[in-house]
Amino acid sequence: MIEDWLERKEVCVCAGAGGVGKTTASAAIALGMAARGRKVAVLTIDPARRLANALGLEELGNEEHRVDADVSGELWAMMLDPKRTFDEMVDLYAPDDATREAVLSNRIYQQLSSAVAGSQEYMAMEKLYELHQDGRYDLLVLDTPPTRNALDFIDAPERLAAFIDSRALSVFLGPTRLGLRVFGRGAGLAFSVMQRATGVDLLRDLSEFFRSFGGMTAGFRERAESVNALLRDHRSAFVLVTSPRRAAIDEARWFHRRLVEADIPFAGVVANRVHTAAADPNAVAALEPELGADLAAKVAAAAADEAALTERDRRNLDELRRRLGRRPLIEVPLLDDDVHDLDGLRRMDEYLFGEARPAR
Amino acid sequence: MSALMDKRLIVVTGKGGVGKTTVAAALGLLAARSGRRTVVAEVSEQERLSGLFGRRALGHSEGRLAENLHGVSIDPSRAKEEWLRYQLRSSALAGLLGGSRLFQYLTAAAPGVDELVTIGKVWDLAQLERRVGGTRPYDLAIVDAPSTGHGVALLRAPRTYAEIARVGPIARQAAQIDRFLSDGRYTGVVAVALPEEMPVNETIDLDGALRDELAMDIDAIVMNALLPDRFEERDAEVLARLDGQGPVAAALSEHHRARAQRAELERLRAALDAPLTTLPFLFEAELGREQVEFLSRRLEESL
Repeated sequence: MIEDWLERKEVCVCAGAGGVGKTTASAAIALGMAARGRKVAVLTIDPARRLANALGLEELGNEEHRVDADVSGELWAMMLDPKRTFDEMVDLYAPDDATREAVLSNRIYQQLSSAVAGSQEYMAMEKLYELHQDGRYDLLVLDTPPTRNALDFIDAPERLAAFIDSRALSVFLGPTRLGLRVFGRGAGLAFSVMQRATGVDLLRDLSEFFRSFGGMTAGFRERAESVNALLRDHRSAFVLVTSPRRAAIDEARWFHRRLVEADIPFAGVVANRVHTAAADPNAVAALEPELGADLAAKVAAAAADEAALTERDRRNLDELRRRLGRRPLIEVPLLDDDVHDLDGLRRMDEYLFGEARPAR
Repeated sequence: MSALMDKRLIVVTGKGGVGKTTVAAALGLLAARSGRRTVVAEVSEQERLSGLFGRRALGHSEGRLAENLHGVSIDPSRAKEEWLRYQLRSSALAGLLGGSRLFQYLTAAAPGVDELVTIGKVWDLAQLERRVGGTRPYDLAIVDAPSTGHGVALLRAPRTYAEIARVGPIARQAAQIDRFLSDGRYTGVVAVALPEEMPVNETIDLDGALRDELAMDIDAIVMNALLPDRFEERDAEVLARLDGQGPVAAALSEHHRARAQRAELERLRAALDAPLTTLPFLFEAELGREQVEFLSRRLEESL
C-alpha cells in the first residue's frame, strides 16, 4: 500500500500530532522502501533511545549513517541537529568570512537559532532540501518535529525568508523614505510608534542583526522558495500519522483539512496502535472450568476492556474514513511491545505494505 | 496539594498526546471546587477545553466552564493587540500600529514574538491587577502549555527577549514576566507523562531543561492512563500455557502492557524527586465533564 503511495516520489513527509508514533512510522516506511530496492534516507528529529540505537544513531549529528538492515536497497538514517544546520546554512550563504563571523557571533542570532520555537522546523526543511539536491537517495523520509501548530513546518521556509527578507532589512538599515514607502503610507509614523512600544535599543539591536545578515538574504529567499516548491509538487507525498484515540483523530481531521486547503500533495493516513480484540462472551464462559472462577473473571474483565477499546477505535477510524473520502487509510495494530528495533519495524511493515491486515 | 493550588499560576506540560488538556481541566475543576476563582488557558490553535465541558468554543474571550471555573483559548494576534493597547496607552495608536503592514510584517517574521505575547497573556491572567481592563482577577491561572520542547521555549521566551532587548520597555516587561515564572512561590509546574518509554524520557529531559534554562522545578508529576494491573505473575503463567486465542490473548496483551507500564512508572519515580501521582486509564470512548470530574477527585485524593 505505502509502496503505491510513494511510487515515483522523492520525498515522504510524515506529519501528525505528538505522541502518535511518527518517528516509528517514518523509520518503518524507510525500512520497507529500502527492502523493496530503494536507496532511502530517514531524517528524524528525536527518536526514542532504543530505536536510535537500532538505527545506529548514537548521538545528534548531521551525518547520515548506513543502517545494517539486510535489505536489497539501502537504508540510511540521520538525527537532525537544528542548531548545527542553521550554522551550516550561514556558512553556506555568507559572502565572506567577516559576514559569517558577524552573524554567528551576533547575540540575537545565538538566541534565536537555538532558543526560539520554530527553528527546528526551519532546519528540518533545510536539511531535507539539501539532501534532495545532493541526489544521492531515491527517497527521503522526513519525521517532522512535533509542532505547536501542526503545519508550522510547511510555512517555515517562507517565514524564515520573510524574517530575513531585504525589505524588512531596508527599514532597519535606517528608516529611509524608500524603505518605508514599500509598506505604504503611514509606515514612517508606524515606525516611530513602534520605537515607543519596543524601545529604541531593541530596534537598534535588531537592525544590527539584520545588517549582519545583509549579504545573505537573496540566497536564503531563493532557497526557501525552492523548498516550498519541492514540498508542493508531484515529487512529494505527505503521510498523515495518527492514533485511533479521540483527540488524535480530531487533530488528524483538522490537519487533513489544512493540507487540502494548502494544496499539499497528501497521500493517505497511517493509523497506528489500533486495538484489535473482538468481544466473545461465549469464549470467556468456556474458560471457567479450566481457570477457576477468580481467574476467569479477571480474564473476562480484561477481555471486555480490550473489546471496548477495539470498538472505540473502530468507530473513530470509521468517522475519519468518512472525512477522508477516497484517500486511503492503513491500520497498524497495537503491537505487544513498543517498536524499538528493526524486527519491530519489520512487523509494522507487514501492515504498512499490505501483506497483513489487523485481525478483527 | 494545597501548596500547588496556592500558587498563582500552574503550568501543565508534557509530551504530545499524554493528556495535558484533560489533566489541566481536572486541576481546574479541583481548584474551582476548593473555592478558588480559576481560569484554564489553552495556547494551541485547536480548542479542546470547552468541548470537555460541553460548551461552545470560547476563543480568545474568557468564558465560564463551570462554577468558579473559566476558560480561554489564547490567540497570539489578539494578545499582540492587547499588548499594544496597554503599551501605547492608546487604542488609536495601537490601531495604527497594529494595522500597519510594517508592523504585521516584522512581528510575523520574527520568531518568538507569538510565544512572547502568549506567555505575556498567561502572566496577565495570573495577576491580581489585570492589564485588560474591566476583568475580575483570578485566584489561580492554569495554562495547558504546548508539549515539552515548545513548552520550554514558551516559558523561556521572556528571558530570551529580556536578554536580547537589555533595556527599554520590552526588556523591563519580559524580565518581570521571567521573574514571576521562575519564582516557585508564584508559579508551579505539573509534568504530565504516560508510562511509556518516550514520554518518560521527555519528562526526565524536561526536568533538566527547566532547571538549567529557567531555574524552575517540577512541582508534581501526573502519570496518566495507567492500565489496571489485574494478574499475578502465576496467573499470567497459567494463561500463557493456554492456546492464546480470543479473550486469553486479549488478557495477556493487557497484562503485558500493564507490566511494561509499571517498569516505566518505576523508572520515572527513580529518576526524579518530584512527587508522582497516577491516574487510571479511562476506557470510555469520549471524555466529558463526568470523566474530568472523576479525574479531579482522584487528583484530590492523591496529590
